[in-house]
Amino acid sequence: MSKTIEFSVNGKAVSVSLDNEETPLLDVLRSKLGLVGTRFGCGLEQCGCCMVLIDGAPEKCCTKPVWSVAGKQIVTVEGLGEARRPHPLQQAFLDEQAGQCVYCLAGILISAKALLDKNPKPSRAEIAQALDGNICRCGSHNRIIRAVEKAAAAMRAGAKR
Amino acid sequence: MNAPLPGPLNDNPNLDRWVAFPSPGKVTVLTGRVELGQGVLTAMAQIAADELDIAMERITIRSGDTEKAPNEGYTAGSQSIQFGGVALRQACAEIRALFIEQAARVLGCKANELSIRDGSFCRNGTSTGQDYWTLAGAIDLTCKATGAAVRKPVADLKTIGTSSARLDLPAKVFGDSIFIHDLQFDGMVHARVVRQPNRGATIGAIDEDAIRRAAKGNIEFVRSGNFLALVGDNETAVEAASLAAASHVVWQNVEAPTPVQQEANWLLQRPAVDRVFGAPDTANAQGKERYEATYTRGYLAHASISPSCGLALYQDGKLTVWTHCQGVYPLRGALAKVLKLDPSAIAVHHVQGSGCYGHNGADDAAADAAIIAMRKPGQPVRVRWRREEEFIYEPKTPAMIVKVRTLLDEAGKPTDWTQEIWSPTHNLRPGAGGNLLGALALPDPPAEPPPNDVPEANGGGATRNAEPLYDIPAKRILHHLVTEVPVRTSALRGLGAMPNVFALECCIDELAARVGKDPVQYRLSITADARARAVIEKVAAMAKWKADAPPSTGRGRGIAFARYKNRAGYTAVVVDLSVDEEIRLHRVWCATDAGLVVNPDGVLNQLEGGIIQSASWVLKEQVRFDNGIASTDWETYPVLKFSEVPEIEIELINTQDEVPLGVGEVTAGPTAAAIGNAVSHALGARIRDLPLTRERIMAALLKE
Repeated sequence: MSKTIEFSVNGKAVSVSLDNEETPLLDVLRSKLGLVGTRFGCGLEQCGCCMVLIDGAPEKCCTKPVWSVAGKQIVTVEGLGEARRPHPLQQAFLDEQAGQCVYCLAGILISAKALLDKNPKPSRAEIAQALDGNICRCGSHNRIIRAVEKAAAAMRAGAKR
Repeated sequence: MNAPLPGPLNDNPNLDRWVAFPSPGKVTVLTGRVELGQGVLTAMAQIAADELDIAMERITIRSGDTEKAPNEGYTAGSQSIQFGGVALRQACAEIRALFIEQAARVLGCKANELSIRDGSFCRNGTSTGQDYWTLAGAIDLTCKATGAAVRKPVADLKTIGTSSARLDLPAKVFGDSIFIHDLQFDGMVHARVVRQPNRGATIGAIDEDAIRRAAKGNIEFVRSGNFLALVGDNETAVEAASLAAASHVVWQNVEAPTPVQQEANWLLQRPAVDRVFGAPDTANAQGKERYEATYTRGYLAHASISPSCGLALYQDGKLTVWTHCQGVYPLRGALAKVLKLDPSAIAVHHVQGSGCYGHNGADDAAADAAIIAMRKPGQPVRVRWRREEEFIYEPKTPAMIVKVRTLLDEAGKPTDWTQEIWSPTHNLRPGAGGNLLGALALPDPPAEPPPNDVPEANGGGATRNAEPLYDIPAKRILHHLVTEVPVRTSALRGLGAMPNVFALECCIDELAARVGKDPVQYRLSITADARARAVIEKVAAMAKWKADAPPSTGRGRGIAFARYKNRAGYTAVVVDLSVDEEIRLHRVWCATDAGLVVNPDGVLNQLEGGIIQSASWVLKEQVRFDNGIASTDWETYPVLKFSEVPEIEIELINTQDEVPLGVGEVTAGPTAAAIGNAVSHALGARIRDLPLTRERIMAALLKE
């Protein structure tokens, strides 16, 4: 009964076999692929902890059935950068110490990347609006907005990963 | 005579409970305080680095671990640095002194010729070849602290007082496995509890087949009395089974909270234990005029971004529990009672979760896992609550009514202040007599805990900050500890401080307005405390506070002040906002005196977070009841969004004082009251009930 679904995650082709193809993409990322950076927050597509890029668009994946991403390209927080080679957004979040518990941050980094991919010079209001689909309960909002502004400036000045 | 030991060091005097030198170049620092997103472990590493004279990079922190770390009770109440940090500093000072003494013996020199440079011992500035690790073998750290060692003078501190980057941030920014939710063990099973709706509710029927069909995977039913758990190796299937159980498990004796019970005013008719603190009620004659007003706040949720999670393994007679709770030792004690085990047969390890802001579902999720693990020996069990489970079953912070009654002199200044409070308990923590949720469903459930609240010595619960710091000759608190409420209630950031400071600081503005005084000037006229005056004057200067700005223009400014618990950090806040149908926060200024600051950026982060969270409570938050808890997700319990957050400017007043003062909760009250005062300024009408909803704004305008 096992079904195989193929898609790409962070540039690598993956093939997943599972009995229930309604399994949410989030569960597949965390349990099957060991990519735990994308977090479970609500299971209701409300809080944004599970934000990933699907073919470049930010989407919450806690209820998204894995069959629906067959053939698509997924980017998770692990695909942005790593300690040796951080994405300018990750570097800016470290520089600004933008976070407290940071449970929400992986999803916020993804939303921010999607914004900067479309709009390299967003205003404060545009950044805030782009992050309204992500909940931060600790109150790190202003630091997060500053970090996105800083990353945008760094990327305009040529920072890459 | 030696100085008395700081409290947590007195409780855990053996030095090996605080520091170890496990291998050359490495230092392990142990602390009973746990990381809740507040950056406390980074601050502890700074403290140890400074007092031991070692580089921070050498330090590994081990925290919240009943096998090794000191027992410091709960990480709560803005006390980690003020008490736990001072204890760690003293422990490190004692250890440093022991090593200096030993080095002097080995080197045949005087102790005062020696200094330490990144763990290496120097004699008159020259390396001696000795270091902590060469000497460690000769020193028995199981010895007790004596209080003889003297901590470094503030002027000599190097790492303390600098904004060291958070040690835990990189792993979180790169999406590493760091949260309890990420823990995986071989052979681990997943579980969800089918929650007993209330104490005394019983299971009538279970349609196991229907639940299995919905799960699309193997599900085992683990049951003990009215405790029912769904267990399986596939988390997706277990989650689906848990959702289906809502319609396929029938409960009897269900008591569902009703809409009328959700409002604070319902508390007035309830049984209560009455307590009185402060001046006797005989001062009436001193005042000429009376002024009184009543303020309320509804129930709030902690609403942690990650639902609670716990893991447990029962093997060879030993139970191991992994939890993100605030107190591993109290949880161990409570689990021992529930599971009828000796505490020594239980190990509890802290693993980070999301911010909790108080007593959320963490302890209960750990207990769920432990109860199930006891019935599945040898198998690691992981319980992760569902989002709606967290909202419905986490302990709520109490609704409160605060009535202020004052007597005033000819100048309109208060001579007598009574703050009368109706509130259920703020203290249902597992170690304080509160029950672990899952245990209530077991056969032979524990009895209801006797009515209690946080003792006054610990800052009080509902009474926290009920006494104004202002110079008022007679002050008293009347506390009605309401005993029968339809939801579990417990600690949320600041406990009663937010409603109490909201009430008293709004009332202070009302008293100022009564005699036509500027709110800043009025406060200064009744405050001799120099540190209080300093933060009020500072924030007024930052905000370019102007007396007599025109009211009722739709734009408003408000100020408020408090010293948290009247013994932690001092904070004054000014808020600038506008009101039409809803309130829009523009800017917040904050001045804080936190005494000796270990990590200034960490303190700013805590203050900012407290301001934003308090603004969210005040503008948006109330738990709704409607045939049960009706606030079950982020749509039915909305919180402040990115586009609604004001810009914030904070200044720390560096007092160079030796004593650090807690800051995690200091902004909650002043922010709430400053918003209340600014709204009143903007509308020309006072709203005394929280949250400040659109309906209340419209009602206040109509009344004017």
